[in-house]
Amino acid sequence: MKLFEDLPPMDHLRSEDMSLVQIIIPVESAHRAVSYLGELGLLQLKDVRNPNPVDLIVFAFDSHRGSCSVFWLVTPATKMETKRFLLNEDKSPFQRTFVNQVKRCGEMSRKLRFFGDQISKAGITASPCPASQQVIDLEELEVRSSEHEAELLEMNANSEKLRQTYNELLEFKLVLLKAGGFLVAAQNHAVPPETELVENIYSKKDDESVFLLEQSVQPESSSKAGLRFISGIICKSKELTFERMLFRATRGNMFFNQAPAGEQVMDPVSGEMVEKTVFVVFFSGEQAKNKILKICQAFGASCYPVPEENSKQMQLTREVSLRLSDLEATLDAGNRHRNKALASIASQLWNWIIMVKKEKGVYDTLNMLNFDVTKKCLVGEGWCPTFAKPQIKEALEHATIHSNSQVGIIFHDMDSFESPPTYFRTNRFTHAFQEIVDAYGVARYQEANPAVYSVITFPFLFAVMFGDWGHGLCLLLGSLILILHEKKLGSQKLGSFMEMAFGGRYVVLLMALFSIYCGLIYNEFFSVPFHIFGTSAYKCRDSSCSDAHTTGLIKYRDPYPFGVDPRWRGSRSELPFLNSVKMKMSILLGVSQMNLGILLSYFDAKFHGSSLDIRYQFMPQMIFLNSLFGYLALLIVIKWCTGSQADLYHVMIYMFLEPTGDLGENQLFWGQKELQILLLLMAIVAVPWMLFPKPFILRKLHTERFQGRTYGILGTSEMDLDHDPDSARRQHHEDFNFSEVFVHQMIHSIEFVLGAVSNTASYLRLWALSLAHSELSTVFYEKLLLLAWGYDSVIIRIAGLAVFAFATAFILLMMETLSAFLHALRLHWVEFMGKFYHGDGYKFKPFSFKLLADEEN
Amino acid sequence: MYGFEALTFNIHGGYLEAIVRGHRSGLLTAADYNNLCQCETLDDVKMHLSATEYGPYLQNEPSPLHTTTIVEKCTLKLVDEYKHMLCQATEPLSTFLEYITYGYMIDNVVLIVTGTLHERDVQELLEKCHPLGMFDSIATLAVAQNMRELYRLVLVDTPLAPYFSECITSEDLDDMNIEIMRNTLYKAYLEDFYNFCQKLGGATAEIMSDLLAFEADRRAVNITINSIGTELTRDDRRKLYSNFGLLYPYGHEELALCEDIDQVRGAMEKYPPYQSIFAKISYGESQMLDKAFYEEEVKRLCLAFEQQFHYAVFFAYMRLREQEIRNLMWISECVAQNQKSRIHDSVVFIF
Repeated sequence: MKLFEDLPPMDHLRSEDMSLVQIIIPVESAHRAVSYLGELGLLQLKDVRNPNPVDLIVFAFDSHRGSCSVFWLVTPATKMETKRFLLNEDKSPFQRTFVNQVKRCGEMSRKLRFFGDQISKAGITASPCPASQQVIDLEELEVRSSEHEAELLEMNANSEKLRQTYNELLEFKLVLLKAGGFLVAAQNHAVPPETELVENIYSKKDDESVFLLEQSVQPESSSKAGLRFISGIICKSKELTFERMLFRATRGNMFFNQAPAGEQVMDPVSGEMVEKTVFVVFFSGEQAKNKILKICQAFGASCYPVPEENSKQMQLTREVSLRLSDLEATLDAGNRHRNKALASIASQLWNWIIMVKKEKGVYDTLNMLNFDVTKKCLVGEGWCPTFAKPQIKEALEHATIHSNSQVGIIFHDMDSFESPPTYFRTNRFTHAFQEIVDAYGVARYQEANPAVYSVITFPFLFAVMFGDWGHGLCLLLGSLILILHEKKLGSQKLGSFMEMAFGGRYVVLLMALFSIYCGLIYNEFFSVPFHIFGTSAYKCRDSSCSDAHTTGLIKYRDPYPFGVDPRWRGSRSELPFLNSVKMKMSILLGVSQMNLGILLSYFDAKFHGSSLDIRYQFMPQMIFLNSLFGYLALLIVIKWCTGSQADLYHVMIYMFLEPTGDLGENQLFWGQKELQILLLLMAIVAVPWMLFPKPFILRKLHTERFQGRTYGILGTSEMDLDHDPDSARRQHHEDFNFSEVFVHQMIHSIEFVLGAVSNTASYLRLWALSLAHSELSTVFYEKLLLLAWGYDSVIIRIAGLAVFAFATAFILLMMETLSAFLHALRLHWVEFMGKFYHGDGYKFKPFSFKLLADEEN
Repeated sequence: MYGFEALTFNIHGGYLEAIVRGHRSGLLTAADYNNLCQCETLDDVKMHLSATEYGPYLQNEPSPLHTTTIVEKCTLKLVDEYKHMLCQATEPLSTFLEYITYGYMIDNVVLIVTGTLHERDVQELLEKCHPLGMFDSIATLAVAQNMRELYRLVLVDTPLAPYFSECITSEDLDDMNIEIMRNTLYKAYLEDFYNFCQKLGGATAEIMSDLLAFEADRRAVNITINSIGTELTRDDRRKLYSNFGLLYPYGHEELALCEDIDQVRGAMEKYPPYQSIFAKISYGESQMLDKAFYEEEVKRLCLAFEQQFHYAVFFAYMRLREQEIRNLMWISECVAQNQKSRIHDSVVFIF
């Protein structure tokens, strides 16, 4: 243990040292100070007003009491007395100090969203971040955005009006074209022309109805009763029900004729193109006309008059077409104008959005601060990393100077009983590994951080399962592409899958490097062995053994220098040999990783000065694991070194069943039996050792601590500690519940003892997945590629190659990568981290503009 | 199915039940109402609602806000949720969900018909309709002149058609007729819904029959109170009562005879579940009766969530959300008209 004492402090192993600080800001410099803090992004302010939502509900219920309490707070750092005024009744969000500013920001971001909508609807893709960023302040932005909004709304209204007119004309034209055809067909049916009369109905809202009226009045035809018609246009989807309704309303006394309009018309509300149908209804009678008109109105069908005579139709069509082209030009001009306005907004929009977001963030943070009693200062508390204190101080000083405030900002430490947040400084390389660990649970404050070890162990365990240097090269290529385009990819939005791959690019890089390494050891390149490190140690006994088996091979030189001899491939003893190697290797890796986990629990206990945990938890655990599975690992190593034929299963099983029995041919070294008995005894002793002493000692300590104290703590009416909303300063009275502690210890011990067996077995997945991977790739190689190559046809060969490439890419490179990744994850989360990691901390979330900007984009 | 619905319920209904329970937990809480009651302007209301599930629906509304906008957007949320559930539902849940909307349909039909009778613009009327009760040809209702035409032209296509069998007359439409039509339709609808739920069996039947019986009884009381002093005869009145519920049949006999509100009270107090409602209001008062009924209903609806594996949660959720929107409407009206002291008059808290 002396060795461990002299080790240098392991900074990376623990999260940053945090301090609880209080800042008192004069009102005039508050905004600037908070925005500087946001730039810095190293301070997490606590919501002083709103401790937690549960309290809020409680307050809501007894709000009628409305009592408030004043208390004095002496801060130890400055010995300064700060008078604080706390309303017992919690304020709802809209009663906070800066609510109006927050509302203004909300309103502005609404406008900006509106612009964004319009821009994306218009399909403009302006350069999002032009270099020329003119600095405008918020007031100016507010004015400008309102101006732009009004302008846009007006333009929209105008273009909508125009569009409506345009639509009506277009519909009219379509009706003229189609319905004219019906009428001509009807006239040709030798009906005397005077019985067919035209009723002209005008859509009342048209501005140009006057114009149409002049064109299409046919005085001679509307005087007589008889068959009349109404023509119009309706949405295709409504046409069937419309016809049915007409039929019912007129009791079948009508004739309905329809034809698809041929052209799509834009729906003015949704802006979508809609299929329409032109119809002509023939009917008789005034009452029927009223009914039909009402139905038309109800179905949103627009009716247009069509003159009967061909010549007039032609004339009208011409007129309408003329006006249509006019309108089109106007519409286009309007659109161009609008697009220009939108483009000018689009170039700035991104900056504006960021600006408003920052501003809103500042006010939201300001709302978390409390006014002191004089209403001249804002008081807030928060967490910051200890190393960042000078930076924060500097930023606050700048804020004081820049805002010409006469009073400085007070910034000082406070005592805290609450557990601080966990903050790891990561870089782009370690970030992904830290994320893997955080996904299991955020480390407790200053707890040993497994991410440090995961950087190497995680990719390595992955590679053990994914050992193939061909596949490794493919992965390496992929990760290198991601890393080389890091700058470009990092700035743009990626799909969810790409996002994941990009986030873990350095993990993939290491995974690829290690799988190349393991692949070289396994000597597999897409399952094909290569003679890289010299020639094989085996050769054929005679010339006839081309499809060699072990019996046909003789060893004629030194072992193959690195990794698996290529001659093993395809031999009858290939599988038994590789299985034995990989299985034993898995156990060695597992035992060492679990030992590392337990060692880390020692460092944790030492860091927190808990000798109890070292003596009654770490030591028995170490002894238990190593006397059973550490011994197994030792046997494996000895067997490898001596080349003994001993059966390790037999040794391990009979170590329990018959410790004193004769080992016979399974004896590996002198004194093995005595050692086994000793180890077994140690393991048996270790179990009660980790189970009983700790809870009893805890109880003893507890009773000793409270022996002298027979009196309770006095509570004062002014300062009710339990209702103090500043939970950081709240005293924790630990209730010691012996049965709870004991049961907890029991669970812990049982879990460890059973876990030692099951976790070691769990590491065998390294072997299983590695076997599966190599078998799968062998199958693809031999049964697909070689089979196809056997045929003397180019097409079959190409097809075989394509299927092989597909299978390799999707099954081996994607599915297998995922499964190996998941198994490596499990080995870390359960087998490794389960030994020491608590993971019940919470993350440090500083108020930072950078995070705000990243949040949604 | 009887007693064993728990075994198989989740095959089809599990996902949606989870969804609806999730929606239910999004209902405004006591703290929300407490905060809403302290609002000074409608902007405050919006700001508070933006932190709740209504947020996405209100965030793009420009600032001078109106009560109608708030209500419209909140209703839109309900409709979106309903449509989502309907899309996912399989038989018989989809039919059950459709049954829920028939009530809104009846209201819409009555609204349009009354509107056209008083020569309102159809478009304007359509905007006032509840979006859940919309059907394709609803605008055509304006064409009809009398009940027979109404049925023959429009309603024959809708699910309401079977309910019309009792009220097809050739009389011209007037206010009285329409009101009778509404109640006849509603009676037929409730009975049909009741029978449908009985057919489903299991917990659904048990809970829904309780909820629907309450609904039917409430309608019976309302019909009685509203028809006092009108020319509606006792027999006609009796015909409008649904043929199930706690009051059926003896309570109906008594209600049919009532001449003033105190007689109604006397008739109702014989039924223990309704005693507590009438105990809350003083003699001769009918204003607070609505609120008392609503409160009782909300209580019963909340209880529906206590049991699992049945469809009544969907019905209950829709009703609760509707009540919440009513509350929001009342609160925003009070806030807008600066009558904050009256907020508690009509808000029914849902917890």
